[in-house]
Amino acid sequence: MSSLYEEINTPPASDIPVRRVTINVNGEARTANVEPRLLLAHLLRQGFKLTGTHTGCDTTNCGACTVLFDGRPIKSCTMFAVQADGHDVQTVEGLASASELHPLQEGFKQEHALQCGFCTPGMMMAAKALLEENLNPTEDEIRWALSGNLCRCTGYQNIVKAVLWAAEKMRAELN
Amino acid sequence: MSLNEVKIGGMGASRRRVEDNRFIRGKGNYVDDIVLPGMLHMEILRSPVAHARIKSIDTSAAWDMPGVRLVLTGEMMAARNLAWMPTLSYDTAAVLATDKVRFQGQEVCAVIADDPYIAKDACGKIVVDYEILPPIVNPVQAAAPDAVQIRDDKAGQVGNKIFDWEIGDKARTDNAFADADVVSKIELHYPRTHPSPMETCGSLADYDRATGKLTVYLTTQAPHIVRAAVAMVAELPEQNIRIVSPDIGGGFGNKVPIYPGYVVAILASILTEKPVKWIEDKTGNLTSTGFGRDVYLKGEMALRKDGKILGVRMNTISDHGAFFADAQPSKFKIGLMHSAFAAYDIPTAHMFATGYYTNKAPGGVAYRCSFRVTEAMFFQERMVQAAADDLGMDQAEFRRVNFVKDEQHPHRTAFGFLTDSGQYEKCLDIGLEAIGYKNFAAEKAEAAKRGRLLGIGISTMTEPLGAGNSREYDILGIKMFDSAELRIHMSGKAILRTGSRGQGTGHETTWAQIVAHELGIPADDILVEEGDTDTAPFGMGTYASRSTPVAGAAIAMVARKVRAKARKLAAHLLEVSEEDIEWELGRFYVRGNQERGVTIQDCAMAAYSNMPDGMEPGLENVAYYDPPNLTWPFACYIAKVEIDPETGVWDVLQFVAVDDCGVRINPMIVEGQIMGGLTEAYAMANMQYQTYDEEGNIIGGNYMDFLLPTAWETPGFELYEVVTPCPHHPIGAKGVGECATVGGPAAFVNAVMDALKDKGVRNIDMPLMPNRVYEALTTGKDIYGMPPVRSGN
Ligand code: FES
Ligand code: FES
Repeated sequence: MSSLYEEINTPPASDIPVRRVTINVNGEARTANVEPRLLLAHLLRQGFKLTGTHTGCDTTNCGACTVLFDGRPIKSCTMFAVQADGHDVQTVEGLASASELHPLQEGFKQEHALQCGFCTPGMMMAAKALLEENLNPTEDEIRWALSGNLCRCTGYQNIVKAVLWAAEKMRAELN
Repeated sequence: MSLNEVKIGGMGASRRRVEDNRFIRGKGNYVDDIVLPGMLHMEILRSPVAHARIKSIDTSAAWDMPGVRLVLTGEMMAARNLAWMPTLSYDTAAVLATDKVRFQGQEVCAVIADDPYIAKDACGKIVVDYEILPPIVNPVQAAAPDAVQIRDDKAGQVGNKIFDWEIGDKARTDNAFADADVVSKIELHYPRTHPSPMETCGSLADYDRATGKLTVYLTTQAPHIVRAAVAMVAELPEQNIRIVSPDIGGGFGNKVPIYPGYVVAILASILTEKPVKWIEDKTGNLTSTGFGRDVYLKGEMALRKDGKILGVRMNTISDHGAFFADAQPSKFKIGLMHSAFAAYDIPTAHMFATGYYTNKAPGGVAYRCSFRVTEAMFFQERMVQAAADDLGMDQAEFRRVNFVKDEQHPHRTAFGFLTDSGQYEKCLDIGLEAIGYKNFAAEKAEAAKRGRLLGIGISTMTEPLGAGNSREYDILGIKMFDSAELRIHMSGKAILRTGSRGQGTGHETTWAQIVAHELGIPADDILVEEGDTDTAPFGMGTYASRSTPVAGAAIAMVARKVRAKARKLAAHLLEVSEEDIEWELGRFYVRGNQERGVTIQDCAMAAYSNMPDGMEPGLENVAYYDPPNLTWPFACYIAKVEIDPETGVWDVLQFVAVDDCGVRINPMIVEGQIMGGLTEAYAMANMQYQTYDEEGNIIGGNYMDFLLPTAWETPGFELYEVVTPCPHHPIGAKGVGECATVGGPAAFVNAVMDALKDKGVRNIDMPLMPNRVYEALTTGKDIYGMPPVRSGN
C-alpha cells in the first residue's frame, strides 16, 4: 500500500518526505501522514475513503471537488492536504445526519436536479455555503453562487429549483 | 378496485429517482471509487506532437524509480499481438504507438506503479526521440496530392481518403434541379466538439491467475460489446471475462468505444497479477477519446416558386482523425446522415460523402446523437431557413408547406427511411404560439429603436432513434437488439436486468415503471440491475437514444411473458379455465365475477408453493427484442435572441421546446433529458468546440479552452409536450435523450442569422462567439470555418 494515502499511526520508515496532518473532517479529527504534494481531494478520496468528493478536471474549472473549508466553498483539487492541517473540512458525506437528509439533498431529489450524479456533491456543497449566508436567495444569486460548478447533464434549471426548494424548507424550519 | 397506476409508480408517474438515494449521499459507485486490495495505478504517456516517427524510446529511468512495477511500450504490446486493436468501423487503431504517433495526445507508453503520483512522475522520465513529420489538420490538406500518408501502416491504403459513399437517386435528383424555379445553396462546417462527460474514462482490471477470470470495472455504455471485444483482442475465453459498468458519470457517446487505456490496463493486470486502475485525466479525455462532428456540409435545394421543395443534394466531407473509429452501424459510412429531411415531403434526394484521415484525435462518436443525425438535422434546418429566405417566404410557413402530413404516415423518406407517426404542424403551432410569433415583427421594431437586433430561429425535425432493426443495423456484425430478464420472487417482489446501461438517464427508476404498468407490481418492489455482463442478458447497450425504444420494449415483452404464465397460475388458484380469466392492473379475476380474483402477488407465491401438476415452477423469463423499425420522435425548438450590435453578444430572450417523444414513461425524467440536451445545444452554438493549430496542437484540450456553459449563462427553457404514440413500440414510447442536442443548435443559429438577415449575413459557422458575430455584422460577410487559432500566447 502506498505511503501517499495510507492513514497510519506510526511514521513510515522511508526517505519520502511526509508530514503529519490532522484535519477535522465532518466533525471528526482525522490524522494522516502525507507527502507535501498530496492534494486535499486525493487525501479525502483515497486516504479517508470519502469518495463522494469527485474530481472532474485538472484545471480547477469543474467544481466536482467542492468541499467546505472552514465553512467556505473551495475546490479541494487545488489545495494541498498539508494546507488543511488544523482546519475544518465538510464533505457531502457530512451533509445528512444519521436519521435525516439535509434539505438540499431532499430538494435535489424532489426537483430532479441530478442525472449522473457526478457533479452533485460539489453542487450541494457550493449551495450549502450560499444558504448559510443567504436563506432567501434569488434565482440569479443561486446561479451566480453555482457558477464555479459545471454540470453536463441537467442544464441547471432543476438545480436552481432544488436550491430554492431547500431554502424554503430551511426558512420554514427556522420559524 | 383496479390499482391506480400513478400511485404504484407506473407509466406516466413522475416518480422520484431511485438512484438519487445514493448519489445525494455521495455514495455513488463510480470506477474511481472502487478499491481492490493490492491495487496498482497506471498512467499513460501521450504524444506531445501530432505526427512523428518514433526513433527510439528509453524507459530505463522510469524503471529505476522506486514504486514502479511495470513500464509498457508499443513494442512490448506488439510482442503480444496487442499493439493494434480493431475499431467499431472496421479499421484498426494503435493501442500504444509502435511506428509513428498520429495525433497529439496519442498513447505512447504506460507506467504501472504503487500510486498514481509515482506513475505520473515515471512517465516524465521516459525519453522518446521523435522525428517530426508534417501534420495534416483538415481534409483539404489530407486530400492534397502530395500529402504525407498518415496511415502508412495499412496495406492497400492509398493517400488519406477513408471512404467515398453515396445514397439516394442521383438521376432523379438532377432532373428535379433542372425543373426548379429557384435553387438555394448553403455551405457549413459543423465544428469538432467533444461529449466531455463530467467523469472521464477509466477502468480497473483484475486478472486472477488461479481462476483464469478477468474482471474489469470500466466506464462503458455498452458492457457486452466490451466483453466481445476483449474476448477477441485479448484472446481470453468469453465465459472468463466479466465486464462491470458501475455508476457512470455521464456518457453522451464518449463511453461507447474501447480505448487503449482499457486494453493496456488489462494486459498490465495479467502481467503483474494485481488489480490495475487507470483513471484518465480531463486532458487525456478531451485530447484522445471519441470526439463528435467535424463535418463540412454543402448542399442545395431545388424549389418551386410556391415554396414546394422538389429535391435536395447533400455533400459531406468528414474529418475522422488518425483512425476511423466512428461508433456506428456497419452498413453506413457516415452514420445516419441520410436521415436529413425526414420531416419534409421531398420527392428525391442524393447525398455524396467522403471521409479523410487527419492528424487529429480519432472518434466521430455519436455525441448525444444517433450516428451523425446531429449534423444531418443541423444542415437540414439551416438549409430550410436559407431556402425560405431565398424564396422570400415566412420560415414557419415554408416548413408547413413541406411537412409530411399526419395522415401520410407511414412515410418513405427520399433517402429510404420509413417514418411512422407524428403531428408536425401541431407541434409547430404550439411553439409559434408560445414564442409569440405573431407579435414578433412589432417586438423586433421596438428593439430596433433601442439599437438591438432581434431574431427568431426555428428548428423542426424528426430523427431516427433506437437502432436497430437487426436487418439493417449491426455493430461489427452483432445485430442491434436488446434484452430484459425478469424474475418475480415468491413475495411478489422482483428483480429486472437488461442489456442496456444507464448513465444518469434514470433506468433504475423508469424500467421498474414499465414492469409496474404491465404487471401492477408497485415500482418500489422492483429492483433494477444493469451493467454486469455476468448477470445481465446480452444487449448492445445505451447510446443513440436506444434504451427506451429497444430495451424498454424488451421489458414490456418480458413482463407480458411473465403475465401469461401468471394467468395459468391464476386459473389454477381460481379453479376455472384460463379462457375465463380476465386481467386488470395487478389482478386476474373470473369473467362475470370481478370480486373473485387473485393478485399478481398471489400468483407469484403459487409459482413457488402451489403450482398445478406438470407446471414448471418459478415465475421468470427473458425477452430479446428486435424492433421492427426505428422510432421517430419530433421536436420543434424556437429561440428568440437579442444581439447587442456594439459587442456582438447575443442573449436568449426566450426558448420554447415542443417535444413529441410518444408516450412518456416518467415525464420528470423526460423533461430533465430535454433541458440537459438543450444546454449542450446552447453550448455547441455558443462556445464549445475543439480545433487544431497548423502544427496539430489541440485547442480545446482542457476546461480552460474547452468552454462549457455554467448556471450563469445557460438560458431558461420552456417545455411543451405532444404525444403521438409510436405505432410499433409495445408501450408507444419513442427515444428522447438526444432530440434536444440534435435539433437545438439550429434554433440558436437560425435565430442569430434571422437577426442579421438585413445586414447581408447568411451564415456564421458555430461557435457564434461575440467576436465572430460582431465581425459578420460590421462587415456584412459570412464567417466560415473554425475560429482562428490564437498563437503566441
Ligand atoms: S476537480 Fe475540477 S475543479 Fe476540482
Ligand atoms: S448530473 Fe451529471 S454532471 Fe451534473
